[in-house]
Amino acid sequence: MWDRLFPSKKIVLSNGSVVYQKRSKTPLVLIGLAIAMYYSAIVTNFDMVQLVQRINEFFTIVFQMLQPNLGYISGIWPELMSTLKMSLFGSVLGAVVALPLAILASVNIMKQRVIVSIVKTFLSIVRTMPTLVTALIATYIFQLPQTAGTVAIFLFTTSYVGKLMYEAIENVDMGSFEAMEAMGMSKISAFRTAVFPQILPNYLSTSLYSFEGNVRYAAILGYVGAGGIGRLINETIGWRDYSSLGMIIIMLVVTVYLIESTSEYFRRKLV
Amino acid sequence: MSTLTAVEKQLQVEPKHRGYAWTIAIILSVLMFWSVSELSLALDQRGMVIAQNIFSGLLNPDLEFLFSVTNQGVMYLLLETLAIAFLGTIIGAILAVPLAFLSASNIVPKPVSALTRLFLIFVRTIPSLVYGLMLIRVTGPGAFAGVLTIGITSIGMLAKLYVDAIEDLDTKVLESMTSMGCTTFEKIRFGILPQLMSLFLSVMIYRFDMNMREASILGLVGAGGIGAPLIFAMQGYRWPQVGSILIGLVALILIIEFISNKLRSKLVNG
Repeated sequence: MWDRLFPSKKIVLSNGSVVYQKRSKTPLVLIGLAIAMYYSAIVTNFDMVQLVQRINEFFTIVFQMLQPNLGYISGIWPELMSTLKMSLFGSVLGAVVALPLAILASVNIMKQRVIVSIVKTFLSIVRTMPTLVTALIATYIFQLPQTAGTVAIFLFTTSYVGKLMYEAIENVDMGSFEAMEAMGMSKISAFRTAVFPQILPNYLSTSLYSFEGNVRYAAILGYVGAGGIGRLINETIGWRDYSSLGMIIIMLVVTVYLIESTSEYFRRKLV
Repeated sequence: MSTLTAVEKQLQVEPKHRGYAWTIAIILSVLMFWSVSELSLALDQRGMVIAQNIFSGLLNPDLEFLFSVTNQGVMYLLLETLAIAFLGTIIGAILAVPLAFLSASNIVPKPVSALTRLFLIFVRTIPSLVYGLMLIRVTGPGAFAGVLTIGITSIGMLAKLYVDAIEDLDTKVLESMTSMGCTTFEKIRFGILPQLMSLFLSVMIYRFDMNMREASILGLVGAGGIGAPLIFAMQGYRWPQVGSILIGLVALILIIEFISNKLRSKLVNG
């Protein structure tokens, strides 16, 4: 279709042979993007003038945040720990539960197509729900804010690790698994000895990676009442106490940075 | 010992990580005990009732609300969320380019790249809701604040992934172009852009996919999109409406994820 509308450019080389250069699709893509941007700007009331006039408000806040309120550390500490606890427990539990679900969702191990497609659909729906929305729903169900946060993180980790793991399991070399089954091993022990060692490094590294991400997510869960440092963020912004907010951010950045570099070190060793 | 078979010998040669594994297991279980201390599975008094209501709401969504095309319907809200994510991704993608070049250690001196990297770590770690609340002071509540928030939130990750692409640049191409007498513009246009463009685009599409999720929660702080109606419906216990919003959102995000995966595999595999 495209080639017929815009025929390829004909180039005659100096030695007489003829080559064709296909027309680029870039202009068409650019026009499409420009139209989409125009309508998005209308839908979202994009207003450059307002932005230029009032952007200094943003930098006023940033400037206040750059003078952190050191006295607030003692108030931040317990909430920071509670954030870490939520994300640690949710991640470990989620990663553990993800493994059996991943086995149930891989076509090469489970032969029952119905179970496979049910588990896959479940995993993708849970993964798509934004964590904050899951946390919000969980706060209606559980009494303790920390439990609600942990449940939200647990669900996200299960679905995320579960998805990556069933993709990994579906791509392993099945030869040894079949050999074990042919020798009369049960599915579970064949999986443990033949498939599990192949996916283990990948599994650990995915779990660590999702723990890293979960610390970030857990930081905002408090905003909807699910425990952790998000509650303080919400309060300090409400009171316009931006220097305390700056302190919270600094402690959060240091924590996330430490966790990320530790986890990156271990992940590099695993691969 | 001479009765050992070849298999048994091989088994004994295998390195033993027992001590290492036990240490990690002990550390992990101590950490788990520490983190479980604050939890309790106590349900809210009406917790089970609410859970039942949520499920019945999800199963019997408010269809009229889901398919209405007015400014209050789910379809329009989803369109608004999509527009926020799209425009925000474009803004973030443009702002991230200079920062990425400034933090690529093969282009600028080491101190500059280290400083830019530190700055990017800060930008990346500040939660999007904080940017949202700060930017609402600039633009007032509404979708515009959402666009700016998504723009700023995207910078961190986009720049980090751009840098990986920039540091992998094949400089031999540039050298041979220099030896052929190409101008700087020609070197950028034919030597650098073709190498970076498809990777940058693929990163942008991936980030757009993530921004859909971000944009859907920004409404919680009043920055436009589908989050605000969602939280109002939940606070008002209107579960059928919650159901229809969640169904619409999950469907849209899954569709976009599917398209983005297709596009990216096409971009990367040519």
